Amino acid sequence: MNGSDAVPNPVAGPVAGPVAEIRGLVKEHGQGQGRVRAVDDVDLEVPRGQTLAVMGPSGCGKSTLLHLLGGLERPTRGEVWLAGRRVDTLSERALARLRRRSVGFVFQAFHLMEELTAAENVELPVLLAGRSPREARRRASLLLERVGLAARARHLPSRLSGGQRQRVAIARALANEPPIVLADEPTGNLDTAATLDVLRIFEDLRTAGQTLVIVTHDERVAATADRLVSMRDGMFVDDTRLTGSSSRGLGGLIEWES
Amino acid sequence: MQDAVLAMLAKEPSYGYHLRARLRRALGPLGESMNQGQIYVTLARLEKAGFVVCERSDGLPDRADRKVYALTPAGQRRVAAWLAEVGWPKPDLAEFHLKLVAAAAARLADPVELVAAQRRELLRRLREVQQAALAEPEGSAAVLLEGVMLRLRADLRWLAACERAWSSGDAGGATTVGATAGDEDGDEDGDENDEVEGG
Repeated sequence: MNGSDAVPNPVAGPVAGPVAEIRGLVKEHGQGQGRVRAVDDVDLEVPRGQTLAVMGPSGCGKSTLLHLLGGLERPTRGEVWLAGRRVDTLSERALARLRRRSVGFVFQAFHLMEELTAAENVELPVLLAGRSPREARRRASLLLERVGLAARARHLPSRLSGGQRQRVAIARALANEPPIVLADEPTGNLDTAATLDVLRIFEDLRTAGQTLVIVTHDERVAATADRLVSMRDGMFVDDTRLTGSSSRGLGGLIEWES
Repeated sequence: MQDAVLAMLAKEPSYGYHLRARLRRALGPLGESMNQGQIYVTLARLEKAGFVVCERSDGLPDRADRKVYALTPAGQRRVAAWLAEVGWPKPDLAEFHLKLVAAAAARLADPVELVAAQRRELLRRLREVQQAALAEPEGSAAVLLEGVMLRLRADLRWLAACERAWSSGDAGGATTVGATAGDEDGDEDGDENDEVEGG
């Protein structure tokens, strides 16, 4: 990628190496005695097309990690690279622009604009990225179709269930075809049925090759990922590939004793 | 599986391959690895034990796949007993717990590492089952897959409790499993709610 804002679609750009990378990342909160290390000297590479889940107990630093990765917070030390660009040294303005174009965010609490319809919520980031209203409508329509909400496009968020709102939020996160989507406890507020809808969408994104980092408490969400990183006290304690079959395979779950 | 094979015969006498097809249909993706040989080995044992009889179709070679299997009265009684049985296969929690205790006591391995390895395995299984379930949500085995997933998730949570207990460092960690099972303290993530199952 040449670093110019003229690049229309970061996904299409010839980005070598990982989509996201962090090196020697440290984030401290507070001052003096009360200083806490939320992220403690962590390195991570997320290759293109990988779906990565980050799990760990509350307070282990996994949400902070995601915020650092998405440029929502700045690290105390270390480097963050997104789509071939170092982001921790960018100006606020450049950072905001990069977030808009290169990162799709999905939050536990949805964060939709309540006064806009589902479709308008998805159109907004496309318009903010400088595209035509027509293109914004086209993308919103495709994406709402993809998350199964074509029939709800004209609804305000207040008329949607929690699960439907989160699906709108996922469609919005995808609106600018970002090279990476970051999700923070995406099913944290959802019941089982709505969680399954979201899992289905993540599975669809995984097979479509979307790079995705999900912070979660939910084993079901983690089980949609290719790779699982476990965090504790700001550090990674385990890094596992979940692809490939388990020791017994699906059929092995049935005990056959003849 | 002997009992399940017997019970499948209760409806009507059947060829072995027909039985296998019915079992596979009932099990969905979990039945994929079940082969013809397993059915015939099971049927042969059931025959030897007097629970099934088989009739050869006349004039055909003496081959397992030409035989029709049927329940004997003893077989029918065993099926009835099986249906009434409320025994529940016991999960091997005690064995795994003892594995951790023994590993720690003899310094054979780090219990936390054993827990992590077990967790990786269960997550891979959950991933496989979940992919199968998401692929055919309306399949006949969907409710079976749901049950398998719920069990795996329960086991994963128990492993998280094991990990907390053993990583607290004290050698008596084994005795505190369960006591620390609640999910902790204040956190910078603020709005994370520990999960309470939705339904």
